[in-house]
This record gives sequence, C-alpha cells and structure tokens, in this order.
Amino acid sequence: MSDLLLNLALILVKLGLIFAVILSMAAYLVLAERKILGRMQLRHGPNRLGPFGLIQPVADVIKLITKEDFVPDQSDKWLFLFAPGLTALTALLSFVVVPFSPPLAIFGRELPMVVCDLNIGLLYFLGISSLGVYGVVIGGWASNSKYSLLGAIRSLGQLLSYELSMGLALIPVVLTAKSFSLTDIVMSQADWPNLVRHPLAFLIFLVSIAAESKRTPFDMPEAENEIVGGFHTEYSGMRFGLFFVGEYINLVILGSMLTVLFLGGWHGPLLPPIVWFSLKVLFVAFCFIWARGTMPRLRYDQLMHLGWKVLIPLALLNLLVTAAVLLALKG
Amino acid sequence: MGIWRDIKGTLLPFWITLGYLFTKPATIQYPEEKRTPPPRYRARIVLTRDPDGNERCVACHLCSAACPVDCISMQAAETEDGRRYAAWFRINFARCIFCGLCAEACPTLAIQMTPDYEICNRDPLSLVQEKEDLLIDGCGKDEEYNFYRHSGIGVVNPRGGNEDENAPVNPKALVP
Amino acid sequence: MASILFYILGFVMLAATLLCVTCRNPVHAVIYLVKGFFALALMFYLLGAPLIAAWEVIVYVGAIMVLFLFIIMVLELAPREQPQEPGWQRWVPGLLLAASIMICTLLIIFQDPSAASHGPNHFVGPREFGEALFGKYALAVEVVSFQLLFAAVGAYYLGRYQPRRRNEEDQT
Ligand code: SF4
Ligand code: SF4
Repeated sequence: MSDLLLNLALILVKLGLIFAVILSMAAYLVLAERKILGRMQLRHGPNRLGPFGLIQPVADVIKLITKEDFVPDQSDKWLFLFAPGLTALTALLSFVVVPFSPPLAIFGRELPMVVCDLNIGLLYFLGISSLGVYGVVIGGWASNSKYSLLGAIRSLGQLLSYELSMGLALIPVVLTAKSFSLTDIVMSQADWPNLVRHPLAFLIFLVSIAAESKRTPFDMPEAENEIVGGFHTEYSGMRFGLFFVGEYINLVILGSMLTVLFLGGWHGPLLPPIVWFSLKVLFVAFCFIWARGTMPRLRYDQLMHLGWKVLIPLALLNLLVTAAVLLALKG
Repeated sequence: MGIWRDIKGTLLPFWITLGYLFTKPATIQYPEEKRTPPPRYRARIVLTRDPDGNERCVACHLCSAACPVDCISMQAAETEDGRRYAAWFRINFARCIFCGLCAEACPTLAIQMTPDYEICNRDPLSLVQEKEDLLIDGCGKDEEYNFYRHSGIGVVNPRGGNEDENAPVNPKALVP
Repeated sequence: MASILFYILGFVMLAATLLCVTCRNPVHAVIYLVKGFFALALMFYLLGAPLIAAWEVIVYVGAIMVLFLFIIMVLELAPREQPQEPGWQRWVPGLLLAASIMICTLLIIFQDPSAASHGPNHFVGPREFGEALFGKYALAVEVVSFQLLFAAVGAYYLGRYQPRRRNEEDQT
C-alpha cells in the first residue's frame, strides 16, 4: 500500500512540476515569439515591462483576467464556455507520455523521468492530438458566428488531412525502434538520431505538425485578415487566453515530440540529458517562430493539395521503402 | 530546374529573416529618444507678431473658414486707427487635425505651425487654448513680413501708399 | 472493482448512444456519441486491450467523428435559431455522462497497478495484437481492406465530375 501511495505521490509531483514548467514556458514563448518576430521586422517587440520586457507575460495574464468574459447572445452557452478549456487541457495532457531524461536512480529506486511510460505512448499522443481539434471546432460552432464557423470548418479539414500524414510519417520510426513506447524510441536513437535515418519522414512530420499546430504557413483557421481570428472571433478575456495559451502549449508539445521522435531526445554529448532535451525543444520552437516570421499563409486549396497529393503519397512511399529495407537487412 | 528554384525560394527567405534578426531595429524609443522634426513639421499652432511687435492677426476669419474640423473661433474687434484684431481667439487642439490649412489660408502669416508635437494631455479641456496661450513674441517663420506695409487699409501708410502698391483707382474716372 | 466499472461504463455508453439518437441538435448528438466512444475505449482497456482502446479514440473519435462534424458544419445542418430554453436542465445528462467517464478514468488510472489481476489476466500488447491481425486473421483483414478499397472506388465513381449528364437534362 505504501508503495502505491509513493507511486501516486511521485506521479502527482511530476505532473505538478511539468504543468508549472510547461505553463511558464508557454507564457514565455509568447514573449519570445513577439520579441523574435519584432526583431525580424526590425522592431524591438515588447520591452517596457521589466528588463527586456520580461514581466510582459504577467501583465498579459492580468489584462486577460480582468477583461470582460463575453458570451454572445445566440451562442450555445455551455459548449461555448467549455471549449477553450478543452483545447488547453488536451494540449497539456499529451505531455504525460513525453520522456525528458533517462530514468534516474533516487533512494535505490529507479525513477522514470516521464509521468507515465505507456507502452503505447505514441498512440496516446496521436489520440490526444486528434482530440485537440474538438475544442477549436466546438468553440467555433458554439459562437454562432459566420467567421467562427468558417474557422471551425477550416480547422476540421486541415487537422483531419494532416493527421494522416503525421501518423504515416511516424510508422518508420516505430519500425526501427520496434516499440510504441516513447522511451524505447529515444533509446533506439542512442547512436544515430532518426533525423539521419529517416530524413524524409522527418520532413513530412515537420510539415504535418506545423499544420497541426495551426501556425503561420498553415494558419487558415485563424487567419486574422480573412476571417477575423476564425474560431476565436467571439472569445474574449481568459477564455481567449486559454485558446491562446493552448496554441503555445501545443508548440511545446509538438517540439518535444519532434525531439523525442527524430532529434534523438535527451541524447547528446557533454551536457546533462535534461539540458539537451530542453535545448532541442527550444530550438524547434524557435524554428516555428522563425517560419512564422518568414512564410506567407497558404491558400486553402494549396493546403489540401500539399496534404493529400504530396505528403500522404510520399509518406506511404517512404513507409514502403523503409519496411522493405528493414526486412532485407533482417533477412 | 523547377524543383531547385522552389527549394531556393523556400530557404532563401529564412536566411534573410535570420539576417534581419541580427540587424539593429529601426525603432526610435520615443520617450527616451526624441527626434527633431523638420522645421516645416505641422504641430502646435501659434499666433505670431509682426516685426514691429504688433499682433499680426487681423481677425479676417479665413483660418476658421478653412479649418475642416471647425476648431478655430474668434471675435473681431477694431482699434481707434482702424486696425483690426481678434478680441479673443480660441483653438481647440483636441479637435485640430494639424492639417495646416489655417496657416495656408492666413493672409497675414499670423497663424503658423510649429514642430512642437508633444501636446497630448489627459484633460481635453486644457487643450482648448486661448489667445494668451497661442500668442508668441516673435515673427515665426517669416521675419520681415508685415501685412500692413504691403496691403490693407491705411493703418501704417495711407491707402495705396505702400511700396509695392498702386494708388487706388477712382472708378468714376474710368467711365468713358 | 473491474466488473463494477465495466457495468457503469456500459450503462454510460448505452445512455450516451441513446441520447445521441434522440438529440435534435446534430452537433450535440456528435458530442454524445464521442462520449459513448470514450466509454467504449475505457471498456476495451478494462478488458485488457489498451491498443484497441487507443485505436478507438484515434480512429473513431479523432477521425470519423471529426468527419461527421465536418459534414454537419459544411451542410449547416445544425439549427441556427435555438429557442431560448430554460437552460441548465438540458445539460444535466451530458454533464453526468462526462463526469462519470472522468471518474471511471481516474479510478482506472489510480487502480493498484501491481494488482492488475483484478481485471483480465493479461494485457494484449501491440506485438501480440499485430501478430494476431496479420497472422491468424490475415485473410479477414485483407478482405475488409478490399471492401474499403471498393467503397473508396465506388465513392469516387459516384462523385466524379459529369458534365455530359447535365446537358442531357437540359435537353429533356
Ligand atoms: S491645422 Fe487644420 S484642423 Fe488645425 S486649426 Fe488649422 S485648419 Fe483647423
Ligand atoms: S487667417 Fe490669419 S489673420 Fe485671419 S483670422 Fe486667422 S489668424 Fe487672423
């Protein structure tokens, strides 16, 4: 019994730590994004609050909390109120399976550095990330506004299409690691990161998660200048904030998935594993921000074309070739 | 080769934005860093005096007629010698859009724009400025110009007595 | 413990599905159905098939229901003018279902992991699942996949662009 309690306490402590880290990371990613985008456009970005604007996230949160929480009259109230929470929650939940460091030995016990090492961790991640679309869609539909509905429809189509190529790009990784567990997948990359072994799968996965996170080259669902913010047009105050933070949590999650699956997780010379892991995640996040500062938005038909006619056939081909090569090597 | 062009077209922008990331921003940090506006900048409006030290304004109402937002108002008055002046003169800077049409319309160069742009204020009523606030000791942009020495009724010189003026024509003498 | 949970989940699933078919609003119906699928996934997990539970969520909740929503929204089937109904009573069933699913999930998570013997005797891992699927049941899998292929081809055939037919209709 005491063993069970200890396990429970450990899980809760890890969960709390991860939530705190991720939430603050998301808050500071917002700041980092604004600063980096600013510098890329020859501006400064926020720099008034504290040195280099470091207190800006706090001010943002205060502003969002004190704003009126507006509910449109003809909206589907309960769904409207509940959708933003769903978005943020699903984004947070996927972090449960991400291993960020090799198992640690404390007090003679082996302590896995992951909240819950599921043996189907990868599938769990795929499942949770496919749930993420519900928050957006329900929010957009419940607002009962044309722009929100358009945003919801766009995000439905987009997420559905890119989920396929994302899943297909992951199968070669599973084939080499011979496991669905993320810890095993990281272990299998001890000498070579999967980036080297499966460059095509890496590219496909990269594009797919960029589309999945609804960020700039693929931000049709929120396209401010076409459909006025899309699904979150009608939201204000902290509910908008939840959508917003959810997007950045998603960025952290997808960055860590990319790290775990393709960049070799915590493996790296000299520095301790956890530092390598965070460095890689931050680098991926920077690349996403960089892409936002660089790329124009795609058109919707271009998006669908890219998803269905380029990425999915490529991913299938890649899967076929990888499987054949692995079979040949084995036999 | 189309594909190489595409790859280059995708990657080159990334290089360029990365370069911008390490370029000094073009922003001017306003309250700490102020830039000097050019002399013809259109900001706070002043009423100037002529070289003799008299008010230039002759209360002709041209500026208030020209003003698109109707923020100038005044009351005309006249001294003993027939010189007109504004009994009171008011500009509501809370409405002024600093278009400069008033300064362009003014025949006496009395009303002029200056580069002093820092006039924002939390109390709009304090932006309604009277003649005392607007009048400055000086000629502003044109040091020489004195309206009554070029035209106008005989205040300084008799009518038609100015250098660049002809004597008034007697219309009855023109009748054939 | 496990069997009680099983019956609770079964009831939740039945109730959710019933609400789904009786619900007027198609989007609400989809949400009830999603809840039903969640309950079903948890039941699969209880029965020792975590992989199927995961597929249930990924495929049914994450893809098929999303497609349903897509169709509903594109066709604007959802009633736009909702009568101003008295509010919270209508939400009691939905909230109750969601709450019971949540509680069951928490119970399953915090079940004594060492005492998994309460439930099924062993958990079917991905490897065994794959072996069964492509070994013992390979023929069935192939047949089903062919069926899907036929369905896809049929859908394409029905939905192809037919400029000719419109002209004929115009003439008649
Ligand atoms: S600058 Fe334009 S708006 Fe201002 S007082 Fe002159 S005419 Fe009016
Ligand atoms: S146009 Fe010039 S002279 Fe006439 S009223 Fe205005 S400021 Fe005075």
